[in-house]
Amino acid sequence: MDKKTGVYICTGCSIGDSLEIESLSKVATKEGKVPVCKTHPFLCGPEGVALIKNDIETEGVNTLLIAACSPRVNYDVFEFDSSCIMERVNIREQVIWSQPANDEDTQMMAEDYLRMGLAKVKHIDLPEPYQGENMVKTLLVVGGGLTGMTAALEAAKAGYKAVLVEKSPVLGGWMNGLFKQAPRKAPFTTPEAVDIAELVSQVEANPDVTVYTGAEILEIAGAPGMFDASINQNGSTVKERVGSVVLATGAVPYDPAKLDYLGYGKYENVITSQKMEELASKGKILRPDGKEVQSIAFIQCAGSRDQEHLPYCSATCCVESLKQATYLKEQNPEANVFIFYKDMRASGQYERLYQQVQKDGGIFVRGEINGITEDGEKNLLIEATDVLSGATITTEGVDMVVLANGMVPTTALGEDIAAKADTEEDCKEDAGPKPEIIRKSNLLNLAYRQGPEMPTLKYGYADSHFICFPYETRRTGIYAAGSVRAPMDELSSVEDAAGAALKAIQCMESSAQGVAVHPRVGDMSFPDFAMSRCTQCKRCTVECPFGAINEDDKFNPLPNPTRCRRCGICMGACPERIITFKNYSVPMIGNLIKSIEVPDEDEEKPRILVFACENDAYPALDMAGINRLKYNAWVRVIPLRCLGSLSLVWIADSMSAGIDGIFLLGCKHGDDYQCHFIKGSELAEIRLSKVSETLDRLDLDSDRVRMDQVSITDYDKIPALLDDFAKRLDELGPNPYKGF
Amino acid sequence: MAHKSILVVGGGVSGLTAAIEASEAGSEVYLVEQKSYLGGRVAQMNQYFPKLCPPNCGLEINFKRIKQNPRIKFFTLAEIEKIDGVEGDYTVTVKSNPRYVNQNCTACGKCSEVCPAQRSNEFNYGMDKTQAIYKAHEFAFPMKYVIDDQACLGAECGKCVAACQYGAIELDMSAKSFNLNVGAIVWATGWQPYDAKKVDYYGYGKHENVITNVIMERLAASNGPTAGKIVRPSDGKEVKSVAFVQCAGSRDENHLPYCSGVCCMASLKQATYVKAMNSDSKVYMFYIDVRAMGKHEDFYTKVQDDITMIKGKVGEISEDPVTKDLIVQVENQLTGEIMKETVDMVVLATGMVPATSNVPDAIAYDEDGFVVSNPQQLGIYGAGCVKKPLDVSSSVKDSTSAALKAIQSTVRR
Repeated sequence: MDKKTGVYICTGCSIGDSLEIESLSKVATKEGKVPVCKTHPFLCGPEGVALIKNDIETEGVNTLLIAACSPRVNYDVFEFDSSCIMERVNIREQVIWSQPANDEDTQMMAEDYLRMGLAKVKHIDLPEPYQGENMVKTLLVVGGGLTGMTAALEAAKAGYKAVLVEKSPVLGGWMNGLFKQAPRKAPFTTPEAVDIAELVSQVEANPDVTVYTGAEILEIAGAPGMFDASINQNGSTVKERVGSVVLATGAVPYDPAKLDYLGYGKYENVITSQKMEELASKGKILRPDGKEVQSIAFIQCAGSRDQEHLPYCSATCCVESLKQATYLKEQNPEANVFIFYKDMRASGQYERLYQQVQKDGGIFVRGEINGITEDGEKNLLIEATDVLSGATITTEGVDMVVLANGMVPTTALGEDIAAKADTEEDCKEDAGPKPEIIRKSNLLNLAYRQGPEMPTLKYGYADSHFICFPYETRRTGIYAAGSVRAPMDELSSVEDAAGAALKAIQCMESSAQGVAVHPRVGDMSFPDFAMSRCTQCKRCTVECPFGAINEDDKFNPLPNPTRCRRCGICMGACPERIITFKNYSVPMIGNLIKSIEVPDEDEEKPRILVFACENDAYPALDMAGINRLKYNAWVRVIPLRCLGSLSLVWIADSMSAGIDGIFLLGCKHGDDYQCHFIKGSELAEIRLSKVSETLDRLDLDSDRVRMDQVSITDYDKIPALLDDFAKRLDELGPNPYKGF
Repeated sequence: MAHKSILVVGGGVSGLTAAIEASEAGSEVYLVEQKSYLGGRVAQMNQYFPKLCPPNCGLEINFKRIKQNPRIKFFTLAEIEKIDGVEGDYTVTVKSNPRYVNQNCTACGKCSEVCPAQRSNEFNYGMDKTQAIYKAHEFAFPMKYVIDDQACLGAECGKCVAACQYGAIELDMSAKSFNLNVGAIVWATGWQPYDAKKVDYYGYGKHENVITNVIMERLAASNGPTAGKIVRPSDGKEVKSVAFVQCAGSRDENHLPYCSGVCCMASLKQATYVKAMNSDSKVYMFYIDVRAMGKHEDFYTKVQDDITMIKGKVGEISEDPVTKDLIVQVENQLTGEIMKETVDMVVLATGMVPATSNVPDAIAYDEDGFVVSNPQQLGIYGAGCVKKPLDVSSSVKDSTSAALKAIQSTVRR
């Protein structure tokens, strides 16, 4: 587009009192040669906004640079025609609120930010949305249990078509094996009848849900809006084009064969909780030898909360055992029911079920099981140590022992592909972040370069790491729901199903419009690959945290824009700099760097360039300003989409421009990472570890580049971090490249 | 004909989520919040369990989602007066209370500098004061000042009006009511902490150094009244020993018969605040059962080694009148032995009460006060802690699910 740039400088909020506005304007008019540059004492007021609008309409200004407050505020006020390029220059929070007024250095900082703004608008274009071909809004649900059926049905009720694929010949999954289900409504004291058949008939009767039972996914290829799923049903292959996927393949019981220390497999009257449901469904609860069960012991955490077995809590077993206790008590109120537990986890309103079983005479023993033995009549004796008193107690013989054997997600089954890949040549070459854990669990069979299934977090769960974003996913358009995502009960699974269905619907809608999904929702830009310069190094495909990029036989990247989350990590990873976004690119940031005016060595005004994550570090810098915390005047901040989009060439650009030091402020990484793009900040740090080589080549000390992890609330620590870095740079002396 | 819009009541993490998630699927959404800012109770939290990350990080992303989304319209300082109609066609009367500060506010803060009146700061549970014209908190969204009309001296003072260069202050602003036509309603008004004074044998309100878990969040927050120093209310002394008393109200027929679901994890998290400040601090946790569900077990496993876990329900908390130290008396559940521990501070793990005091007739709730959805009368959906006791992640999940239900109500028929 032919750009006509207008610069608008607000002098309100003490900006005009703290800076020489005339000199600032000259940066725009004389240096930037912009045709329009205006100031206003209240730019965000109706008159100020009208001024800008008038210039758009009558002067043909189509590129706006607003030097005022932070882009985090007045976003709604400074919203103009979408055909205009609009950028904000933050001279309030990050200049006059964090620097002394009417100071030479403050003025220089504001002028530099204006120069950087001018450089930015000069080098960006308006993004145009990506348009896929033959896009559909049909949801694929894998797994036909409670969660999967709910997801399909809820999507259909919202007006979408769904394809439901279930491995077994019938729908219903886990629920088919239950005698009763845990209470779902107040007063939460009595188990309810299982009504899964009702849900099955609703699903089967819904014209918008296509059901494949006895079917498996052979392959899912493509990307959101245009996935092609091959489904094998009884030996014949069906193809379905779908827009997004809900993975609802559930969990399996923890293998009781591993619980031999609790007598399973040795004594026939030691059973699993699944077996207990089966026995109760048949009527009177009888032992295999026909004896009516009059006394029973439930062993909680059989496998769960055990570092040797499942370190996590399976979350449902306490309530399940309480429910099963009612089965026996209902048949025989005099029956002896023991529950051996570590903690009774009847969370929320399930507490009332716990109270009910206590009232009905359930005997609760908090203890560690030492062993279970059998007497001559096949009754079982349980020896346990009371955790508090240390006393050993042994029960009289009980007729039956039920092991509450926990759950394992279906994504945890199968061979670990990452472990295998580790031995391959191409993954050994450098110390990257921890590889994704993907098991060959034969659920989705994705035709992805990065592996066929969802990467899992801890313990094989395909869960999100984020507390605030539980449907965050590392494979765009694929959402896990129910007990495959985390241990959860029926009520929770039903909610999870609807939640995941909505996320899947959003993804289809966003893909159709050519915009990004969370966390850069609505972003129209997407990466463009200048393939003629590609060296097939595979950095982009390896580093993309979302598995967005496939490869052809010759290792050329095959981007999938609707899988892309627009973080720019591929852009930062590419050594040949072939990846660009219309409004975010290596040369664009390079030009920002070059626009910074670097004073000569004898002026003793060093320059520190800060690359700040725009989600956390940048708002934290704003917060420092809002709290009027003063920080080092040599600092110039460039926000990045993610620190992972950092290109090492920017370090070289900065150093050769005479900038004295570079400070990277990114999000926390490691086990409790806070990077919204999963491993962006970690990748930046790894890249940085290689920069010393570049610096050596330039004969510069590697201390000139530093990285720190800051959260959005660390604003109070930022001034000291910057000062400390400035001190180190002072010791090192000026960048010898200054003035070249 | 069905209306396309959805009304979400409550701007905490549940309401925010429901509103944003519905709008990102294409719906028009109105979000109504009683307070002057969005974010609700999570904005008052120091960190989330189990990652110990700041809630403002997620809120920042959510606010960004609102900023760039033209389909969400939100009203702060607003409440629901009346709901009429049926699924697909509700008329809701919303009362918008005066902020006394209009859109012109740039949050420059000049007004607050000249304001002579003060008010107790409820954001920090009354532990400090703000001026009568104030910004609710540092990360307040929208970032606009607000006047507490109970504390403001009025037009006779007028200092703020004179100080504001932008004509942003309107002392004569008044409450206004308006109607919204919507197809579905998500009710996400959240929770209140159980009134700890009702558990009188724990001495909250009597003993200065007995605090509640929500107050602990503000004490530990670097933007809180003590700049993140965990000190005793009685003498400002740095805390060296703390007792967390679980189920202070919850799981008790005389108070809240249900388990509040989050307090165990919250106390374990708060134990890390104390330990982070001073690793030599002595931390006790008195509990009935530790309910660290699912993968939260990892956090429990990690934290329990650093603190003293005692199974037993605390009977009574008394105060040493001279030192203001607290004596926590517990009966060991099995041995019957009475234990006494003296500590600098007690944190009561008070539970959640659903915020249903203002619920219009159109909404049903169960015997514990939690909102229930009537399957025969679709169109109004509870979400988050007003529906059941939930942690943040589960609230988000629940609200995303409610958003889909609401969308269904706008497309049915």
